[in-house]
Amino acid sequence: MHSFGYRLNGLLTFSLTILTIMCAIASLSDNLNTPSPSAEIQIININRFQKQPQGNDEVSLTMNISADLQSLFTWNTKQLFIFVAAEYETPKNSLNQVSLWDAIIIAKEHAKFWIHTSNKYRFVDQGNNLRGKEFNLTLHWHVMPKTGKMFADKIVLTGYSFPEEYR
Amino acid sequence: MGWIEENMKFTNVRKILSQAISLGMVVSLALMMWKGLTCITGSQSPVVVVLSGSMEPGFQRGDILFLYINKNPIRTGQIVVFNDGRDIPIVHRVIEVHEHEDTKEVDILTKGDANEDDDRMLYASNHDWLQQKYIMGRAVGFLPYVGWFTIIMSEKPILKYILVGGLGLLVLTSKE
Repeated sequence: MHSFGYRLNGLLTFSLTILTIMCAIASLSDNLNTPSPSAEIQIININRFQKQPQGNDEVSLTMNISADLQSLFTWNTKQLFIFVAAEYETPKNSLNQVSLWDAIIIAKEHAKFWIHTSNKYRFVDQGNNLRGKEFNLTLHWHVMPKTGKMFADKIVLTGYSFPEEYR
Repeated sequence: MGWIEENMKFTNVRKILSQAISLGMVVSLALMMWKGLTCITGSQSPVVVVLSGSMEPGFQRGDILFLYINKNPIRTGQIVVFNDGRDIPIVHRVIEVHEHEDTKEVDILTKGDANEDDDRMLYASNHDWLQQKYIMGRAVGFLPYVGWFTIIMSEKPILKYILVGGLGLLVLTSKE
């Protein structure tokens, strides 16, 4: 009953249980946070708007992205993964979401930023439906915790549209 | 004194049998918990270990992810675990979604956070897009470092044998 083996076993079980409980509490504490993020995206220029040889439209654009996501950080936040996606509808597809740019924010200070960038990833449609089409730009954020539940949300910005003609 | 020795043999057999039953109950309990977890989360493997560094700095090798899947459609930004016929499933983030108007099926493109390129090269040769049926689950929670145990066990199988052998020996030589 009091051998080394039993004591070690008891100690290990107890410490693992405590660790698990601590991780759960850390994760639950994230629910106490009430974030108030804000963002703005401006399309500065549509650099290229062409139809590829296979028949799909491709767009290259430059945007100004400014956001204040500092309120999303808690003590249990490891990083924030943010990305900007274009959302639009076409006759064949009820929803298209294409990620244009993303970033990883590790520190709270960097969560308030302004960036001038062209799309990191190619924006290619399934088809050639983009001329004159209206689309939304959404800024999504995914909070990756140090331990526990991950959660995500987004801000939808409407009112953008593609040019009527290729250029 | 023969009947005394016979009685002792019976007690030994009973002791061994009762130990075997306890072991069996522990194993069945573990199995029940695992299968129960599979039912609750809807995923074939509700807990996966991150094996590569393609999602750094968020997920490092050795972290474990908790998966959950329901009928909700896959959308960009979600971290998914997919397997379209490979040896080991991949944990990457969805960067493009095209949902068809007629069938409501989705075409999905994924990419690891730390990778330059998207995963198109990795998909099985006959498709450019992933379908929802290849997605084993969405990552909803995460615990760091806990998966190293599994990685060590699978990469150095000798340790597995030592551990199981040692446990077996402990069971056999324990006094009660």
